[in-house]
Amino acid sequence: MTEFTSWDIVRNLLLAVRWTVVLSLIAFVGGSVVGAALLALRLRGGKVAQRCIGGYVQVFQGTPLLMQLFLGYFGLGLLGLDVSPWTAAALALTLYTSAYLTEIWRGCVASIPKGQWEASTSLALSFGEQMRHVILPQAVKIATAPTVGFLVQVIKGTALASVIGFVELTKAGSMIANVTFRPFTVFACVALFYFALCFPISLFAKTLERKTNVSRA
Amino acid sequence: MTFDFWAVLAEWPLLLQGLAWTLGLTVVATLVGMAVGIGGAWARAWGPAPLRWAVGVYVELIRNTPFIVQLFFIFFGLPAAGVMLTPITASLIAMVLNLGAYATEIIRAGLQATPRGQMEAAVSLALSPAQVFWRVVLPPALKKVWPAMVSQIIIVMLGSAVCGQISVEELSYAANLIQSRNFRAFEAYIIATLAYLALAILARRLFNWLGPRFLFGK
Repeated sequence: MTEFTSWDIVRNLLLAVRWTVVLSLIAFVGGSVVGAALLALRLRGGKVAQRCIGGYVQVFQGTPLLMQLFLGYFGLGLLGLDVSPWTAAALALTLYTSAYLTEIWRGCVASIPKGQWEASTSLALSFGEQMRHVILPQAVKIATAPTVGFLVQVIKGTALASVIGFVELTKAGSMIANVTFRPFTVFACVALFYFALCFPISLFAKTLERKTNVSRA
Repeated sequence: MTFDFWAVLAEWPLLLQGLAWTLGLTVVATLVGMAVGIGGAWARAWGPAPLRWAVGVYVELIRNTPFIVQLFFIFFGLPAAGVMLTPITASLIAMVLNLGAYATEIIRAGLQATPRGQMEAAVSLALSPAQVFWRVVLPPALKKVWPAMVSQIIIVMLGSAVCGQISVEELSYAANLIQSRNFRAFEAYIIATLAYLALAILARRLFNWLGPRFLFGK
């Protein structure tokens, strides 16, 4: 029988934190790319594309992330792919993130006054030039705070990947709790680690929000 | 690949029971969580300093940790400290604490948007502080933040899918059980997911209808 010290618990949890961070980054970066593509489609595409993307957003915002993870896991398997929890979690979280980010960013672009579009069109700028020189520089400023804030949701969302067997902070916590018989300490530590990851980001988002509001006032 | 949705739908009593549990958890969590949120928002806005600080810590702790960890801490962690809870009680506590923290922030934003003059006017009409809060300040505050509140309630409802992990027999648990019987995992989760989507859409409509009629007037 091995005795586990508190340091063993903390050390192993710390090792698992990196997988939470890696998965969060994959989901956030992947979700940003997909979200940006969807946003472009939404702005440029016809009514059909807009409705489809609206539906996409509603589906991801209206269903539990846990179910999305299960569907990613079993759905990829149906396609004949050999699915690891890694692939399923990365895919499901990327799509989930993309749906939220595209919706956040659409709101930011929509808040740019219509005159800006009209003025840049009358200057014969192409869509790409309009976006690059006129719309995006303004939209990015407004979008930064909510985007950073959403990163917190992504980090917390990765905890659900533990359910499909992805060993990140929460799963590591469950496993350690099972062998050490100290669930109180272990889950308290797990919660504190998440807090240590998320709280600074929340604070940063709040600061950014204050700055944007000041510059607009 | 072939799909067999009927094999899953044939287990409709299980699905229905799961749906009922999901709804039940959500209703209780919403009612109690909103009450916590109103209390917390009052404390955050006008409570004495230590209380204000304590509520702030509670809100930030909950908002910066995942729901599943909160649930595991309550269900697996607390028994080690001598508090035994059934899966349903643990789930309810976790959902209430979670919604309560978000509701505190949401409602506080509404409370602080109340013009000072309204409170002064109410006081000058000799209303007691409690009357001022319940009749003058709270209703318009709720009205202002109702869309955000409804979104949060729906997030908590969808989050309750995690409670299946501690064997509460809600909708996602039913889907798990069905797929373990007939191995139709994809179909079972598709049907459960669609049920959640329908619930989310209906809940939003219901709350948008309820709010103006019973909470704050049109």
